[in-house]
Amino acid sequence: MSISNTAITPEIVAEHGLSEDEYASILKILGREPNMTELGVFSAMYSEHCSYKSSKKWLKTLPTEAPHVIQGPGENAGVIDIGDGEAAVFKIESHNHPSFIEPYQGAATGVGGILRDVFTMGARPIANLNALRFGSPDHPKTRHLVGGVVAGIAGYGNCMGIPTVAGEVNFHPAYNGNILVNAMTVGLAPADRIFYSAAAGAGNPVIYVGAKTGRDGIHGATMSSTEFNEDSEEKRPTVQVGDPFTEKLLLEACLELMATDTIIAIQDMGAAGLTSSAVEMAGKGGLGIEMDLAKVPAREENMTPYELMLSESQERMLIILKPDAASEAEARAIFDKWELDFAVIGTLTTTGHLVLKMGDELVGDIPIAPMVDESPEYDRPWEPTPASAVVVASTVPAPASLTGALKKLIGTPDLCSRRWVWEQYDHLIMGDTAIRPGGDAAMVRVRDSKKGLALTVDCTPRYVKADPETGGAQAVAETWRNITATGARPLAITNNMNFGNPQKPQIMGQFVGAINGMRAACNALDYPVVSGNVSLYNETEGAAILPTPVIGGVGVIADIEKRGTVAFKATDEAIIVIGETTGWLGQSIYLREVEGREDGAPPPVDLALEKKNGDFVRGLIETGKVTACHDVSDGGLAIALAEMALGAKGLGADVAPQSGLPTHAWAFGEDQARYVVTAKNADGILKAAADAGVSATVIGTTTGTGELKLGTGDSISVSVLRSTFENWLPDYMAVS
Amino acid sequence: MKSAIIVFPGTNRERDMAIALEKASGTAPFMVWHKDSEIPDVDLIVVPGGFSFGDYLRAGAMAAHSPVLRSLKEKAAKGTPVMGVCNGFQVLTETGLLPGVLMRNAGLKFICRNVGLRVETSRSLFTGGYEDGQVLSIPVAHNDGNYFADSETLDRIEQNGQVAFRYVDETGETSAAGNPNGSARNIAGVFNKDKTVLGFMPHPENAIDPAVGNTDGRGLFDGLVRALS
Repeated sequence: MSISNTAITPEIVAEHGLSEDEYASILKILGREPNMTELGVFSAMYSEHCSYKSSKKWLKTLPTEAPHVIQGPGENAGVIDIGDGEAAVFKIESHNHPSFIEPYQGAATGVGGILRDVFTMGARPIANLNALRFGSPDHPKTRHLVGGVVAGIAGYGNCMGIPTVAGEVNFHPAYNGNILVNAMTVGLAPADRIFYSAAAGAGNPVIYVGAKTGRDGIHGATMSSTEFNEDSEEKRPTVQVGDPFTEKLLLEACLELMATDTIIAIQDMGAAGLTSSAVEMAGKGGLGIEMDLAKVPAREENMTPYELMLSESQERMLIILKPDAASEAEARAIFDKWELDFAVIGTLTTTGHLVLKMGDELVGDIPIAPMVDESPEYDRPWEPTPASAVVVASTVPAPASLTGALKKLIGTPDLCSRRWVWEQYDHLIMGDTAIRPGGDAAMVRVRDSKKGLALTVDCTPRYVKADPETGGAQAVAETWRNITATGARPLAITNNMNFGNPQKPQIMGQFVGAINGMRAACNALDYPVVSGNVSLYNETEGAAILPTPVIGGVGVIADIEKRGTVAFKATDEAIIVIGETTGWLGQSIYLREVEGREDGAPPPVDLALEKKNGDFVRGLIETGKVTACHDVSDGGLAIALAEMALGAKGLGADVAPQSGLPTHAWAFGEDQARYVVTAKNADGILKAAADAGVSATVIGTTTGTGELKLGTGDSISVSVLRSTFENWLPDYMAVS
Repeated sequence: MKSAIIVFPGTNRERDMAIALEKASGTAPFMVWHKDSEIPDVDLIVVPGGFSFGDYLRAGAMAAHSPVLRSLKEKAAKGTPVMGVCNGFQVLTETGLLPGVLMRNAGLKFICRNVGLRVETSRSLFTGGYEDGQVLSIPVAHNDGNYFADSETLDRIEQNGQVAFRYVDETGETSAAGNPNGSARNIAGVFNKDKTVLGFMPHPENAIDPAVGNTDGRGLFDGLVRALS
């Protein structure tokens, strides 16, 4: 065994993010001191990013099964059956830390990574989504980060030719030093042609394909598992650099290869690069793997085994091929056609060891099963989040006028139009975008069919902060509601758990609470988790982000022609609120933006009510009884009505506040499980609602006046609202 | 109508284009790989949208030097109609088959949205499915759609009737507000002198199906089929 000249000191161990206990475990597994390459491999595998050591205990409690689930968590992406022999393959993943350090490349490679996770499984990506959280608009870095992240997502996704169809963008000072960039990809594959990562067949060749390996991104997985401090800027060299053109070639080459009968297993090289892909493939197959690192196509000269194993260069895959020469020749020809590297770098073995060579020299030898089995798992101490007091609506001062407050709210950073963002994304390529960005959920048609997938990402972090369990449930319920509002049936979710430092019991308490809420919601709504990602240590100088468990939801609709959309369609239609309005102002946007208060308990989430109301609304859409449908969320009823009017040309609404409530609580309260629908005939809907035990109330009618009237003598022009709504973001970004 | 679509490694709207051509003509187009030196005998050659070679140099610059382009130029010289859409328009200007160049959008950002597009002439084999002056709503999706040529060239192509489409605002006027990318004189598409080659930025292939937008793009494909069948 060749041991590098560097002695492994406690400082080096600490620099690799390993605790003393973890290092002791490494010594035990190896029966000797590791060399630097081996230490690097352990460090990557034991990082929070790869090992889920703080979160595993809790993630395991989430429901992951349903008759339509083909593959739950643990693979590159989740897979669900969408009928007709087809499967949807999807996952969300964070690229938070790199995007703060280098927003364009960080966000671009986040998109690239999640695309690979999906096409590794044999699926052609058909839609991208993203959830972005930035600091306060007043923070000096925010504008630069927004511009860079959006351009990076656009640059990568547009070149790949995958439509970016939905997302969310929010601002809060808690993200000043630690933005969130979560990217989700959805792909389609034949349900019986899914590719997995478990290696099989000792002696089979291990193939490296795609781009060459450089020194970029070394230790990205470790970096993303530590807090930020003022030196983080110096970590810029650990941010990967993306090349969407190469990834497009890799996508086409992989899908072409997958149509042949040559692949045994395939895995993308994402976080921790060659290390995690080799270990995961061999580990899942119960095999060993021997690789000659000298055969890895390198972009730079004199790369060390350590660098080759830990580089996070993008656009690379590891493939186990069938052993016959014909398979190799067939595969090689495909990668030659696409002008991508194709190198046999090793073989599967029966030793159960990861054996690394550099030419003839042995540079690493690690038993895989003990490394994976002894991978740390912590039951971190946690403290429940103290309950917040309920804000009594009658104690919150009323605005001078409802429409005045509405105008203010609709021009705030969290409620204004995101057009400036999504017009930079090609959201129409593939010609299947049935609901474009800006609706409740996006909808993409399944090519050559009438079927559609409804897609959304949601989270309301201020609710999670105030009450993690309610907030966790609310995030799941909101995706379910957004999908339901298009008429689609929600099937499954992917989750992106963005939290602070789990070694702090308060933060761990947020995590545990959110998981508990999510579990309850997934169970109540028959809506399992099939994939996900955890991003911890989102802190800067000791200050954590808001707890942000982002949920990506996928639903299916049998006929896209029957989809529900947000915009008012005609005058003199009844406007009906489904669900009860109690005027819940605690943690509302109104309270924050108008009263400057971020406090109170968030609106309760009654999951049985969510299900009942949602199933009722979906039935109305399916049977063509409603002409428009919108879920009620941030900003409450008044914002929902305004958005429905903004989507139409020349239409308005005349509605009357509910009696018995302060009018501003009626207008801006954020009670859950609510929808606004319009219909030519309200009577049938009211009767059906009464029969189903669902609350349904006619609050007014659509008008042709182009005015939104919220009660006697209080109206505002929709075109004024529109310019307020549309202008904030472009005006903000125009300041240099 | 038989057609062929040229496919570069980074082309990404070839499937959308193939669907539109097949729907209109009833015949699936040939997909011709960029390394092929021969294009089959067809009635129409289309260079579709995408990022041909990643477009890290100038959009379309490297594609213009690929083997298949030699065959395309020969066939174009013999009068085979050629249509370039988006990146295809960029490629055709880079090869010199069409006048002008396409620069970075004036706003420096990628733009994806429906734009107003005025048909400047219906008297061509590409635009015969439309009326003169008809205003369409068609999506654009590009980073480099800012059409530029010197004023003499612009005057000349206008006099020759070589302007196929212009960007217009909601009132149908060629205003600055209706110009999404800063194109000279709001030009969205141009013909060669003989009107056998057309290039334009918008994507009629993404406007053929009422279930996912409007059908304003159909006129182009239906017109081509009528002219070339």
